[in-house]
Amino acid sequence: MNPILDKARVIKAYRWMLMARLLDERLAQLYRAGRIFGGVFLGKGQEALSVSMGMVLNRQDVYAPLIRDGAGRLAFGESALDALRTCMGSPMGPMRGRDGNVHRGRPKEGYLPMISHLGASISVVNGALMAKRMKGEKKFVGIASIGDGATSTGAFHEAINQAAIEKLPLVLVVANNQYAYSTPTSSQFACQSLSQKAIGYGVSDHEVDGTSLTDCLKTMQDATDRARQGEGPQLVIANLLRLCGHGEHDDAHYITPELKASSVGADCLKLAENTLQSDYHISKESLEIWKEETVLEINQSIEQVQREGAPDPYHHSWKSLISRELCEHS
Amino acid sequence: MSVTYLEAIREAQAYLLEHDSRVYIYGQDVGAFGGAFKATKHLANRFPGRVIDAPISEDAMIGSAVGAAIEGMRPIIEIQFADFSTVGLNQVVNQAATLFWRTETPCPITLRLPSGGTSGGGPFHSQCLESIYAHFPGLVVCTPATVEDAYSMLIESVTLDDPVIFCEHKYLYYHLKAESLPKDALPLGKARIARAGRDCTVVTYSAMLHECLEAAEEMSAEGIELEVVDLRTVKPLDTDTIIASVARTGRLLCAAEGWPWGGVNAEVISRVVAEGFNLLDAPPQRINAKDTPIPYHPKLWSVHRPAAASIMAAVRNVLRS
Ligand SMILES: Cc1ncc(C[n+]2csc(CCOP(=O)(O)OP(=O)(O)O)c2C)c(N)n1
Ligand SMILES: [Mg+2]
Repeated sequence: MNPILDKARVIKAYRWMLMARLLDERLAQLYRAGRIFGGVFLGKGQEALSVSMGMVLNRQDVYAPLIRDGAGRLAFGESALDALRTCMGSPMGPMRGRDGNVHRGRPKEGYLPMISHLGASISVVNGALMAKRMKGEKKFVGIASIGDGATSTGAFHEAINQAAIEKLPLVLVVANNQYAYSTPTSSQFACQSLSQKAIGYGVSDHEVDGTSLTDCLKTMQDATDRARQGEGPQLVIANLLRLCGHGEHDDAHYITPELKASSVGADCLKLAENTLQSDYHISKESLEIWKEETVLEINQSIEQVQREGAPDPYHHSWKSLISRELCEHS
Repeated sequence: MSVTYLEAIREAQAYLLEHDSRVYIYGQDVGAFGGAFKATKHLANRFPGRVIDAPISEDAMIGSAVGAAIEGMRPIIEIQFADFSTVGLNQVVNQAATLFWRTETPCPITLRLPSGGTSGGGPFHSQCLESIYAHFPGLVVCTPATVEDAYSMLIESVTLDDPVIFCEHKYLYYHLKAESLPKDALPLGKARIARAGRDCTVVTYSAMLHECLEAAEEMSAEGIELEVVDLRTVKPLDTDTIIASVARTGRLLCAAEGWPWGGVNAEVISRVVAEGFNLLDAPPQRINAKDTPIPYHPKLWSVHRPAAASIMAAVRNVLRS
């Protein structure tokens, strides 16, 4: 059997997915209760794909997750506590109240902090990979995660072409969740499948059922293995459906019932539970216990974040340069 | 009946679509969905084929508007958030802004930029970019502060034969209300005395107008009367109205939500100093956002941007010197 599908790893992946889902549910509650400012963006329906990215990456790799990658972030090493700190504006998290929700990362650990501008992170991953190569590092990869909508950006085009020319170990993962906000893919691109874009750029392509955890794990392992072995950039297209609004402010009324009822509309978490029970002989009781443990950890993290309070603007360092002596107007 | 700032923008677009067959709207999610802020709600239905969903391609959205303008159309481009307009900056400042000067061909495009900070907006959904755009020759830059101006200035912008950057402030979208849409209006390029006063001129625009008016009300209780000038357009700047006000008060504070380096405040002060130095009884001052990216946490954000309290402190500084 493919080692990525051994029982321990599939269980681990599932548990991150579960954590991501339950965390999202709590974030939505906290948002509705006015405890989270701005917006909340969930990854419901995309956990299998997302977690697979985190599962196949190692410490020395680079990961640029996007809005719907709660599961991948956890699997890459982010704690639920850090996710909550950023969403709730704690002064203790990696972003210290300066940035919020999905805009978080720890760049020194290879975990890139997304900006909102779509497509902009791909070339940043490219640069990190070029630097690793210059520094003589070996067997590293970078994953950049984007949505179907972001394939329309100039930044996407420039960066995939750049990676191809440089033969970089970039795995560019597109979550084709059928919509960019309210815009269906028919108003976003005219090719039959996004994987066709790979041909034009001279990169390898992979297409995967984004609702299947085991398929996602296999494809992501294959794509990253190839990139690590020097085969150049890999474009992975995953077909799935966003099972929530664009953000929690959006009721997603525009998602058609046909899509919801189709195979892309399946809930990857439910499917993963079925697979665990049928193929890995995990009992219902185990699933229940994991759920309870996860809820407990999330609750404890929320309590801790609440104790951490809010940033104090009057004792905040208003400096946007490391060279403090070069800062103006503090 | 009352109408919000956002509704005024929607009504202006409906008016334009109805009265000018050259007008169309192009932007992400503007069609059946009605836009991220609902500024185009129902318009796709009322004007079939003229309210068009765009891919996430700001460069191509703006470039195509220039092409359509050359063919005689009057596109309105909705950028989902002003912050994303920098992705299409090249098309704005090098295509749209240079076309007339190079070729004498007009470029009547209007870019609607939902601008400015709101609580929890963070670094990439809060920016005020009017100063950047105003820097480039060949653009008109509007910053309406009232419901009436949102309506009349948008209509005038689309009617104008030049490219217009229309900075509409998200903070005003839902709160700001007027009794009705205006019948007539000041033209683009004219500032307005939003409040008369003898002690200090406060020059401002967009959402900061309301912070300044609040400051003026509070200070009035202490017998200090501020004269508040609403610039309406930051390019062109109505230097005459500003200088005439400074001639009355002898003092000047400029208040803007954008960053401090350069920008609208700096431009206003520079002009007043150059053209009205002898009118000043004290050094002119300015208040801007802090020189850092815009913070996410509401507690940080409320200190990062100018507000009535910090504007009052800045006024006292001007009065003291
Ligand atoms: C350059 C740019 N333009 C517009 C936006 C506004 N925006 C945020 S998310 C989004 C839709 C993204 O769709 P997609 O890439 O498919 O990702 P999904 O939300 O479906 O995961 C848009 C238009 C943006 N973030 N960046
Ligand atoms: Mg999408």
